[in-house]
Formats: sequence, C-alpha cells, structure tokens
Amino acid sequence: MHNSGISIWFFIGLSLLVNGMLITGAGISEYMNPPKIPTVVLFHLHANIWWGAILAAFGALYCYKFYPKHQS
Amino acid sequence: MMAAIALLSSDRLVHLSPVDFVIIVFYFALVLAIGFYLRSRANTGEDFFMAGREMTAWVAGLSFLSANLGALELMGWAGSAYQYGILATHWYWIGAIPAMLFLALVMMPFYYISKTHSVPGYLKLRFGESSRALSAISFAFMTVLMSGVNMFAMAKVMQIVLGWDINFSIWISSLTVAVYVALGGLRSAIFNEVLQFFLIWAGALLIPILGLYETGGWSHLKVLIAQRTSNEYVHMWSGLGSFTTNPMGIHWTGIVFGLGAILSMGYWTTDFLVVQRILTAKDIRSAEMAPIIGAGFKMFVPLIVILPGLLGLAVLPMKLTAESAVAAGGHSYNDVLPLMLARYCGPGLLGLGITALIAGFMSGMAGNVSAFTTVWTYDIYRALIKKDASDHHYVNMGRWTTVVGVLISVGTAYLVMQFASIMDYVQALFSFFIAPLFGTVILGMLWKRASGPGGFWGLLCGTASSIGMWTWVKLDPSALRYVALSPNAKALAQDMYQALWSFVVCVTVTVVVSLMTKPKPDAELTGLVYGLTEVPSIGNLPLYQKPIFWGVVVSVVLVILNIVMW
Repeated sequence: MHNSGISIWFFIGLSLLVNGMLITGAGISEYMNPPKIPTVVLFHLHANIWWGAILAAFGALYCYKFYPKHQS
Repeated sequence: MMAAIALLSSDRLVHLSPVDFVIIVFYFALVLAIGFYLRSRANTGEDFFMAGREMTAWVAGLSFLSANLGALELMGWAGSAYQYGILATHWYWIGAIPAMLFLALVMMPFYYISKTHSVPGYLKLRFGESSRALSAISFAFMTVLMSGVNMFAMAKVMQIVLGWDINFSIWISSLTVAVYVALGGLRSAIFNEVLQFFLIWAGALLIPILGLYETGGWSHLKVLIAQRTSNEYVHMWSGLGSFTTNPMGIHWTGIVFGLGAILSMGYWTTDFLVVQRILTAKDIRSAEMAPIIGAGFKMFVPLIVILPGLLGLAVLPMKLTAESAVAAGGHSYNDVLPLMLARYCGPGLLGLGITALIAGFMSGMAGNVSAFTTVWTYDIYRALIKKDASDHHYVNMGRWTTVVGVLISVGTAYLVMQFASIMDYVQALFSFFIAPLFGTVILGMLWKRASGPGGFWGLLCGTASSIGMWTWVKLDPSALRYVALSPNAKALAQDMYQALWSFVVCVTVTVVVSLMTKPKPDAELTGLVYGLTEVPSIGNLPLYQKPIFWGVVVSVVLVILNIVMW
C-alpha cells in the first residue's frame, strides 16, 4: 500500500486537513460575527474552532508523513 | 452557488450554510479523483476484483468494518437506541465481536488458503457447482436489490433532512459510485470505505462529547434517561430474564443464541460483502489481524451511534415516535441522529456530519456493487456462461457489470418509490440467506464428512424454512408465539429466533443427507477443511504481534464492557 503510488493515508490526511481548515475558518468567522440568537446548544464552546483545528492538525500530520515523495 | 443551494433546499430538518456545501462538494471531488487515480492500477482480474491482494491489515480491517457502517445503519441504530435504550448495543458487542474474532482465528485461514475469490467460490470448492450456483445467484440478486432499497431510503433521508430532491440524490450519488468503482474496482471501493471511516468519526464524535458535557457526564445521563423512560433503558442484561421486562421484548436466549451465535456469525463470516474486504489482505497474518482490528474499533462504534440515541432520550424536548405514527411537524426515531447533529453542530461541523452520512451511504452502495460485480463475473458469468475467456475480458465484464449493477439499483429505487412495501420484503428476503449459509460454510470447514449433496440440500432447506417462518407470521401474526417463543416478541426478536431455527434446519438436513451420501475423498478437501489443512505459520513473531494475542485482548475488553453496562 505504501510502496507504489499515493498511499491511502495521504488521501485521508488531505480530507481531514481541508475539512479541518474549512470548519475552523467557519468557526472563527462565527466567533467574530456572532449571530443574535445562538444557532446551536453550547454555542459558547465554539466547538467548530477547536474541533476543526484538531482535524486539521491530524490531517497535516498524515499529509506530511505519507506525502508521496517521502515514501521509499 | 447560492442559487444551487436555494434550488436544493426547501422544507428540511437542518439548514446548511455555504461552507457546509463546500465540504460536501469537496468530498465528491475527492472520491472521483481517487477513482481516476486508481484506474491505472485496475488492469488485471486480481487488481480489479481483489484489489491486488496487497492490503495491509489496517486497510483491510477498517474497510471490513466500514462496509457495515453505512448511513442507514448509523441512523437506524441511533433510532433503535432512542427506542430500546442501551439494549441496542448488543448488536455491536455480542452481536458482532465474537463473530469477527471467530472469522479471524478459525475461518480466515480456510478462506485465505483456498485462494477463493468469493464465498460462493469456496462453496464450489467444498461442495460443488450446485451449492455455488444457489448461493451466487441469491447473493447477486439480493445484493443489487438491497443496494436499490438503501439508495431510495437514503434519498428519502436527504429529502427529509436537507430538503433535497429525491431524483437529484439518487442520480448524483449513483453516478459517482458507478464512476469510481468502474474505474478503480475493489481497490477504489476500499479506499473510499477507509476514507468514510475517518469522516464518520470526525463528523459524529463531537455529538457524544458535547452531549455528555451538556448532561453532566455518564452517571447523570443515566439518571435523566431513567427519569424520562425507565431504569431498563440503561441496562444491557439485567432486564433480559423475561420477554416483558425490557423495552425490546426479547429474552437473553434470543440475544445469546439467535444474535450472538447464529445471526452475527452468519453476517460477519459468510456475507461476501464484508468477507471480500479481508480476502484482499496481503498475507495470512494480515488476513487474521484485519477482522481483529475491525472488532477493536467496532466495540467503540456505540459511542457515535448508540450514545447519540441515548442523549436524544435525555435532552431532546420533543418525543420521537415510530415512522408510521409521525404527526405533522413531528419526528421519527430515525431522525434522532440528524436532530442531535443540528443541536450541537454549527457551520462546517454540520457539513462534515452530513458528508459522513453521504459517505456512509455511497461506500455502502460501492460495497454492494463491488461484491455483486465479483460474484456475477466469477461465480455466474465465468462459471455458467463463458468459461474460457481472457483475463482482460473478465475485467471488462467487471467494469460493465458495475455500471449495470448501479442502474439496476437505481431501477429498484424507483420501484420502491412506487410500491413502498417492497422495501420490507427485500430487507426480509436478504436475512433469509444469512443464517443457513453460515450453517453450510461452517460445517464445510469443520466436518470433513459433509458431502456435496448435504451442503446443497442443507442450504436450500434452511433458506426455505426461514422464508416459511416469515410467511407464516405474516399471514398469521399469532404464530409469533411459536417462532419467537413469546407473543410479546417484537420484530427484532422474531429475526433472532428465525435465524436460530433456520440454522438448526440447515445443519440437521446437511448432516442427515451427508450421512446418506458419499463424501468427497480427503485429497479433494485439502486446504478446505479443518484436520486436512496445514495452516501456514505466521512466522516466529513476538507475542504482541500475534493475532491470537489481540483476539484475547479484545475478548477481555468485551467482557469488561458488558459487566460495566450489565
């Protein structure tokens, strides 16, 4: 799986990285321009900011570790 | 973009923002890109139908688990948790883990050594052509119909949850699946299943985290549920001493013998949809480790399926009802997962959650289609229609069968749209084959005296008995007291006992007919039957790398979890 072509883990890393960045970006945007009525329960926790960041961090790690040129 | 959003969105359960749509579109683009990328690696039959038999234990194991982690599965069991409480967890623990470990440690060596392409292929080697034909035709027929039923059900969910047009959902998802499976074959399906596994956890894990935060932790959640329902909703075993002391109307014998010993064994060890993933493993150790890895993760799937349903019981202000009793503006049990998503997930997170559901649906459909393609090409077309064509011919047949399989699924989806009751019949029909097939395969692997006619007639009679019991209860509901041993049994309990009896019929007929007919010579059973097969060594590995070690670890954790939730 790792010896020929792009590893599946790279695709997974890419997916988590892009989704994580989009979610964090949406969360920051919502934090800077909060709606008059909170859209979700526990809005004050701003879950999309930290959850998106966790996903992006995992994704970045996978992308780096399984980037095609890093494989032997 | 906004115009498209407006077109797609009207009356709906949740409201998506533009970033949510970007996440969904990115998912579709990524799976298509994977399909196009893998096209160059699907040129031979082994590549297209068996993913080159080069998957690591992790990839095969996660794919094995994901093939069963479809969107309807997630939403359905979250709904069951709301309806029946923590009892629904049995389908993830005793109803899955022992069977997965049994597959890994007992059955996998025989599947793997025989180098079969499919479960019907194993039946051909062990019992002969008639057993393969019966199994292959029924599997191919039911798989493609199930795919269509699931397609319609998912399109309906998308209509209710997102307000999407049913035709739009059916065609966009089926065309995407057709493209990436026809291009990349089983490898493409497996890649997307592993991707889906990560998306589901990323999209759904936040619900239990935030839910437990809101309710004040597990202990307080149990108190809230007991206050709103009864104490039996939060205990897995203590209410199973009688049919009337638990919300499911089931006795512990049904759970242990019907679900744990027969139905789950049948599904996880002989349903080719899931077994096919393990057959792609690169060596015998990976083939044994893959189901154990799947079992390890399966134990924790209730966190993202059952727990959201239980949280819904505790925190949702409205009362959910059965689908048939939903009033205007109300919601059914099956809506609990989208409702919990909408409760906690803001912009972006909601898109990821919905993407996880779409990914679950599409990879489930890809799994059905890739299994159908293999069985059709190897066990029906090559076995019965065109025996001596080139490998290239069979690969082309596989690509076209993928497209045709998807189109038949679409046709079935539209048929179900016209005649909704077909859905119940198809889902019931599929379950008819599972338990008897397990009886046939397990006797074939463990008892060398089982003969070809014994295998065939056992499978046929077991299946016929299952259909007979189902029809009997359909025509005369009071027959439930005989089939499920209690007039209070619910539908799930009926399934358990139906599976148990059809297994017993299959095994009995197989044994009797085998003893009356001539067995196969031992020389023809080498590599197929216990006692006549030398299982290749996995090498002189340290203990922590041996499948048996991890099998024991998973078993111990399973026992501890059941005691904690007793």
